Amino acid sequence: MSTTDLAAPSGNGFEEAWHRLRRFDIGDSVAHGVTLLAGAGIFLLVGVLLVELWLNSRLARHEFGWKFLVNSIWDPIAQHFGALPFLYGTVVTSLLALIIAIPLGLGTAIFLVELVPAWLSDWLAFIIDLLAAVPSVVYGLLGIFILVPVIRSTVEPFLHSTLGFLPLFQGPAYGFGFLAAGMILGIMVVPFIVSVSREVLLAVPQEQREAALSLGATQWEAASQVVVPYARSGIFGSIFLALARALGETMAVTMVIGNDPTIHKSLFASGYSIAAVIANEFAEATSTLYVHVLIELGLILFGLTFVLNALARLLILATVRRGTVRP
Amino acid sequence: MTRRSVTNVLMLTFTGACALLTVSIMFYILGYLAWHGASALSWNFFTKLPAPVNVPGGGMANAIVGSAKLLLLACCFGVPVGILAGIYLSEFAGHTIASVLRFTVDLLNGVPSIVIGIFAYTLIVLPMHTFSTLAGGFALGIMMIPISVRSTEEYLRAVPSSLREASLALGAARWTTITRVVVPAAFRGILTGVMLALARVAGETAPLIFTAFGNNSWSQGWSQPTASLPFMIYTYAVSPYDDWHRQAWAAGLVLVTLVLFVNIVTRLALARKMPLSR
Repeated sequence: MSTTDLAAPSGNGFEEAWHRLRRFDIGDSVAHGVTLLAGAGIFLLVGVLLVELWLNSRLARHEFGWKFLVNSIWDPIAQHFGALPFLYGTVVTSLLALIIAIPLGLGTAIFLVELVPAWLSDWLAFIIDLLAAVPSVVYGLLGIFILVPVIRSTVEPFLHSTLGFLPLFQGPAYGFGFLAAGMILGIMVVPFIVSVSREVLLAVPQEQREAALSLGATQWEAASQVVVPYARSGIFGSIFLALARALGETMAVTMVIGNDPTIHKSLFASGYSIAAVIANEFAEATSTLYVHVLIELGLILFGLTFVLNALARLLILATVRRGTVRP
Repeated sequence: MTRRSVTNVLMLTFTGACALLTVSIMFYILGYLAWHGASALSWNFFTKLPAPVNVPGGGMANAIVGSAKLLLLACCFGVPVGILAGIYLSEFAGHTIASVLRFTVDLLNGVPSIVIGIFAYTLIVLPMHTFSTLAGGFALGIMMIPISVRSTEEYLRAVPSSLREASLALGAARWTTITRVVVPAAFRGILTGVMLALARVAGETAPLIFTAFGNNSWSQGWSQPTASLPFMIYTYAVSPYDDWHRQAWAAGLVLVTLVLFVNIVTRLALARKMPLSR
C-alpha cells in the first residue's frame, strides 16, 4: 500500500517529463546536439591542425630556433636548413602580384560600379569570378607554355632595355623565375580584389556620389575622391585577402618560379617560395628533421595567412556594415 | 577641354581598359585550353591507362576514376559536417558562438591548400605508413567544409521567418520545422553550395601531392595511392616530353570544362548572389 503511495507521484512526474520530452525536447535537443557537434568539430579540426603542425615541426624548432628565419643556406644533404630564400621568394612574388593586381582589380571594380548599368556589371563580375574557379594547376600549365615564352622573348628583353640600370631587371632572360610567378599570381588574385572591392563600392551610399557630383566634381573625381575613400577599409580588406591568397598559392608558382633556393636580386632569376618548396620536397624528404623543417615552413605560411585573413575579414566587415545602399 | 575633364576621360578610359583586360583574360584562358587541348583529346584519353614515354595512345582513365573516388570521399566527409554546422549557425547558435564559429570557418577557408595537405599527411599518411586515397579524400573534404557551411547558412537565413513561425504555430517542434520546412525550402541553395565546393576541390593539386600521391596504373584500393586529374596535369606539364604536354593540355581542358560547367550551371540556376566562393 505504502509502496504504491510513494511510487505514484514519482511515476506521474516521470510520465509527464517523458511526454514533454517526446513532444518537444528530445528531438530539439538531439538536433541541437548533432549540429553543435558538427560546429564543434570544425573548432576541433582547426585546433588539431595547429597542434599537428606545432608538434611535427618541433625538431626543426629545437635545432635552429629563430635563426631558421634569417639563415639563407638550404642544404638538405648536409642537414642544414634556412628559410630565408623561401621567405624572400614568397614575399617578392606576392608583392609583384599585388603591383599587378591592385591597379587592374581596382580599376575594374570602379568601372563595374560607377560606369556600367547594373545588369552588365553583374555579368562582367560573373565572368571575372570564373577566373577564381580555374584550378591553380591549370594556371601553372598556361604559365609554363604561354606566359613563360612570352616573358622570355618579349617582356624581359623590353624591361632590360628600358629599366636595365636597376639591379631588378638585370641578368639573362630565362622566362622561369620571380617575374613569371608574380605575373601569374597577379592574374590569379585579381578576381578576389574585383569581387570584394565591387561589393564594398556598391555599399557606398548613393548620396555620397550625388553630393560630390552636385558640387561640380567630374565623375572620376567623385569616384576617386569620395567613393573610394569612403570604402577604403573594405578595399584594403580585399587587398589583404588577395595577399593571403598569393602567399599560400602553390601549384602555379611551383611550376613557373624555377625552384632555386638561392636569393637573387634580379626578378629575371629563378627562385623558390615557401609553398613551392613544400610541394616539391615533402614527398622526397629523407630524414625526420627534413620533414619537420618543411612542416615548420607550413606553420609559418599558416601563421602569415591567418593574420592577413583575420585583418581582411575585420576590415571588410567594418565597411560593409557602415554602408547601407545596395545590400 | 579643361585639364579636369581630360583627366576624367583618361581615367575612366583606364578603368574601362582594366575591366576589358580582366574579362578578356578569362576568354584567353578558355581559348588556349580549347586550342591546345582539343587536338590532344581522343576517346583513348578517357578509356586507356597512361602509356610509357614514346608509346602513343595513352590515356588518363585511372586519373579520372581516381579523381571521382577522391571527390566521393571528400563529399562523404565534408558535406555532412558543412551542412550540419551551417544549420547550427543559422538555427541554433547564439550570437557570440555564431560569430566565433563563422570567423573560424573563414580562417579555415583561408588556410593554404598545401598546409591542409601537410595536416592530412601527419594525421593519416604517417600512421598508415603509406600514401592513400583516403588521405587525399580527407584533405579535400576539409577544404569543402568552409564553403558548404557558409552557403548553407546563407540560404537557410534567406528562408522567410514567417515559414518557421507558421510551422511552429501548428505545433511542430523546432527540429521538425527545420527538417520538414526550412531545409526543404533552402534545398536548392544548399545543393548549389555543395556543388560549388565540389568544383573548387576538384581542381586542387597541392593537398594531393603527399596524400593521394600518384599512380601510373589503377589504384589498388582506398588505402593505396591513386592518380588524379590535377596531379596528372602537374606531373605531365613539368615533364620534358612533348606527348605528355599534349596529354596535360587535354586533361586541363577536361578539368576546366567540368569546373566551369558546374560553376555556370549552379550560379545561373540561382539568380541570387553567392558568398565568396574561394
